[in-house]
Amino acid sequence: MNSNFDRTLSNEDVLRRRSSLLQRLHIDGVLLLLLLVLAAGSLFVLYSASGRNWDLLIKQATSFAIGLAGMIVIAQFEPRFLARWVPVGYLIGVGLLVVVDVMGHNAMGATRWINIPGVIRFQPAEFMKILMPATIAWYLAKRSLPPRLKHVAVSLGLILVPFVLVVRQPDLGTALLILASGMFVLFIAGLQWRWIIGAAAAVVPVAVGMWFFVMHEYQKQRVLTFLDPESDPLGSGWNIIQSKAAIGSGGVFGKGWLLGTQSHLDFLPESHTDFIIAVLGEEFGLVGICLLLLMYLLLIGRGLVITVQAQTLFGKLLAGALTMTFFVYVFVNIGMVSGLLPVVGVPLPFISYGGTHLVTLLSGFGLLMAIHTHRKWIAQV
Amino acid sequence: MPQPIRLKDHEKDARLVRSRVIVGAISILLLTCVLVARQYYLQVIQYEYHSTLAENNRIHVQPIPPTRGLIFDRNGVVIADNRPSFSLTVTRERAGDWQQVLDVIVEVLGLTQEDRALFEKRMRQGRRPFEPVPILFELTEEQIARIAVNQFRLPGVEVVARLVRHYPLKEHFAHSVGYVGRINEQELKQLDPVNYAGTHHIGKTGVERFYEDQLHGKVGYEEVETNARGRVLRVLNRTDPIPGDDLVLTLDVRLQEAAEQALGGRRGAVVALDPKTGEVLAMVSQPSFDPNLFVTGISFKDYGELRDSIDRPLFNRVLRGLYPPGSTVKPMVAVAGLDAGVVTPTTRVFDPGYYQLPNYDHKYRNWNRSGDGWVNLELALARSNDTYFYDLAHKMGIDRLHSYMSRFGFGQRVALDMFEESAGLMPSREWKRARYRQAWYPGETLILGIGQGYMQATPLQLAQATALVANRGKWIRPRLAKSIGGRPPVDPNPMPDIQLRDERFWDHARNGMEQVVHGARGTARKVGDTAVYRIAGKSGTAQVVAIKQGEKYDRNKLQERHRDHALFVAFAPADDPQIAVAVMVENGESGSGVAAPVVKQVMDAWLLDEQGQLKAEFRPAQPLSNATSASR
Repeated sequence: MNSNFDRTLSNEDVLRRRSSLLQRLHIDGVLLLLLLVLAAGSLFVLYSASGRNWDLLIKQATSFAIGLAGMIVIAQFEPRFLARWVPVGYLIGVGLLVVVDVMGHNAMGATRWINIPGVIRFQPAEFMKILMPATIAWYLAKRSLPPRLKHVAVSLGLILVPFVLVVRQPDLGTALLILASGMFVLFIAGLQWRWIIGAAAAVVPVAVGMWFFVMHEYQKQRVLTFLDPESDPLGSGWNIIQSKAAIGSGGVFGKGWLLGTQSHLDFLPESHTDFIIAVLGEEFGLVGICLLLLMYLLLIGRGLVITVQAQTLFGKLLAGALTMTFFVYVFVNIGMVSGLLPVVGVPLPFISYGGTHLVTLLSGFGLLMAIHTHRKWIAQV
Repeated sequence: MPQPIRLKDHEKDARLVRSRVIVGAISILLLTCVLVARQYYLQVIQYEYHSTLAENNRIHVQPIPPTRGLIFDRNGVVIADNRPSFSLTVTRERAGDWQQVLDVIVEVLGLTQEDRALFEKRMRQGRRPFEPVPILFELTEEQIARIAVNQFRLPGVEVVARLVRHYPLKEHFAHSVGYVGRINEQELKQLDPVNYAGTHHIGKTGVERFYEDQLHGKVGYEEVETNARGRVLRVLNRTDPIPGDDLVLTLDVRLQEAAEQALGGRRGAVVALDPKTGEVLAMVSQPSFDPNLFVTGISFKDYGELRDSIDRPLFNRVLRGLYPPGSTVKPMVAVAGLDAGVVTPTTRVFDPGYYQLPNYDHKYRNWNRSGDGWVNLELALARSNDTYFYDLAHKMGIDRLHSYMSRFGFGQRVALDMFEESAGLMPSREWKRARYRQAWYPGETLILGIGQGYMQATPLQLAQATALVANRGKWIRPRLAKSIGGRPPVDPNPMPDIQLRDERFWDHARNGMEQVVHGARGTARKVGDTAVYRIAGKSGTAQVVAIKQGEKYDRNKLQERHRDHALFVAFAPADDPQIAVAVMVENGESGSGVAAPVVKQVMDAWLLDEQGQLKAEFRPAQPLSNATSASR
């Protein structure tokens, strides 16, 4: 078996890697290339989706630059060093979420932001997207795999606290991403199949029981509307009807850049943020969407390779969870815009307008790079 | 101290992770295939459908507002209906330069710049994209024609027929039924945006407001396909709205008009209740106003006139007018005194024309300065003797008095379904401590016994308290709705009935009230002389300005608006009450002289037939022999 151990003995290999400039900067060339291609494509689509708004484009490009810089900075850190600070970060993150919760209630309304005017303004929930998998990975990496029941229970506790706090904000999309990122760590760490299947099997009777015995009529109605937005064409169904028409009218090759009618006549709400895939689908057709999906798959493939090649368990768990969570972004967003899934606020990674999700995502890729480029070679030790 | 790396474990972990990554990778590939399949379905299989929709343009979801429920009186006379009305709408997205379109509209219809400013304000309130915003209502035939001729200059402008609320009886029911008006910004934030998507009006006051949820109904919608100019080409899908529930009121249009006539143009209030059912038969607050003005948006000038009028036509005197109830509370105070045991039906008090508390100089005057001599309870009611009730209240004390009066509904909202009813005020020790940070003085209890002092009540509360005496303490909240959507309204918070130690206590109070009208010394005996049935009533006077100790009320010294309000409450027939009435005449001065005839007119209108005889349904069941002899 060609294990990492065998390969690390090769001096040649070590020397080849040392000689690369990117390697010295702790940057993964494949990831960087894919990210830059996506960034360029994003600006193209955004230019059309925003109605040729240059200001918006410049803002997005700036966010990209900041995110890439952040990514490179993060890539410089030793994963072991990062792992040491993860629990502290988790506690701070949960603390900030509690602050947001309390502030939100005092302000008699929901808020997701911590805002110190003139100093900083950010959403603690965004940090949690990175901190959540890191925390569970840190916790499980010290235990033997597969995790025992006790460790699973502790992990679930660690996941549920921030999840509940974010649901209360209320920001269901982000909460689901946080939940998924933590769960993926458990999954990669080898959570027994029988528990996974058992939990899935338990959900069904509980949900059915809730439906018939606990929930009120109006709550049922809300769930139904959530599951089937098209039953509410005056509310969230409006977006879905319009986005489906936009995508569907794109056909195989699309109407051409800047030629989409649905998105340009204001029929499509949120066309430059969560629903941007509809613009892409209308203007570039099935081919455009498949190309985008291909880019995503390449990114994910690289992430999974990094996962397998990571030397520490912490690195493996974190890299795998980050990569799989990235796919959740893609799947939930495209699924919701094309009417497969309920509408929750999840952006399309790298394409949707918005600085926050860019910085978060690129930080995640920074971690992947750190995990991959700080591997210890026995020859060096 | 880091743990030593255990190579074997590490290998095992790596294998485990690798296997899980493979499972993950396969899942990701499969799910990606699902996404691609979905796009293929939308973009290839359904391509024709979607591209037709997008090309011919444009699907819209249009809300269809439900028809508002109608409002009838108890006999089925329409009080509020919906009338088609033409309004001018502008769809901002289709108008291009909508400012210019507004200019053209103003020019074509020959309107003023003020109108234009109003249009602009309305345009800015538009809600969802592509929603037509109504800017001008009640278009005339000529205006419609002018718009049609100039349609080519007016992109995005349409004349739309809508059902708009109409009140055929105008000012007669403005205070009870209320009116609808355009939804304002504040209401918009609180409303369900979906259910009100096509609705422009909402109940603002009265039952229109109270029963808004039921009257409104549920919105419908249609998915329509329009051409590039916004003309609807075809309806793809339609869900009908569910019209609002019809509301049948307990009010009687004829009695309402009779009550207004009885008031004869004076400012004041009339409430008539059926004491057995709590149904409000008439509810008059004069002067009134035409609610139709508010439906399509009242002009600033008209509104200013209504608001600033010294007669306060917008003020609902029945529900929000607060008056010291004066002597009208004496029957309830008498019942309280009997039940508390501080007086008996035969207790006598000597009235020298005033009452003094032991060790106090202050003289509490009887209205009759010369005094009524020895009076018992029934005579005290008939003569409206203040001294007797000073004495009774003093013996009772504020705490018990407050408790009994509260059970009669004073100091709390009594109505079942009336919007913005005032709670009035029934003072207590705690209230005075909280309000004035002062202890309660015994003298304040005395004047409460004759309904003066801090106490304040609405005409509706007086009518209800009277109905309670008529009904022997059985509580049923006054209501305006007989049925909504075919179902009678339900009282979610019923008041407990008033249980007395001895049921006969009611009779003493009722006999006293009957003596007021029919007794030889009764204060309202003039009214009793002409009545063909027995009335039990009580007069009262509500001071508008305080009279100093030792001074006399002199009408000539007072401005008209500072004269006392005249009150009269009554029920009839005395032995089998069918109607309870409370009347307040602003600055009318004399309860028995001015308000009592109004009460009698209202009762006559309800109880008598054309021949001036008691209607058959209100006659007490008589023995068969009597009935046959009467027919001969």
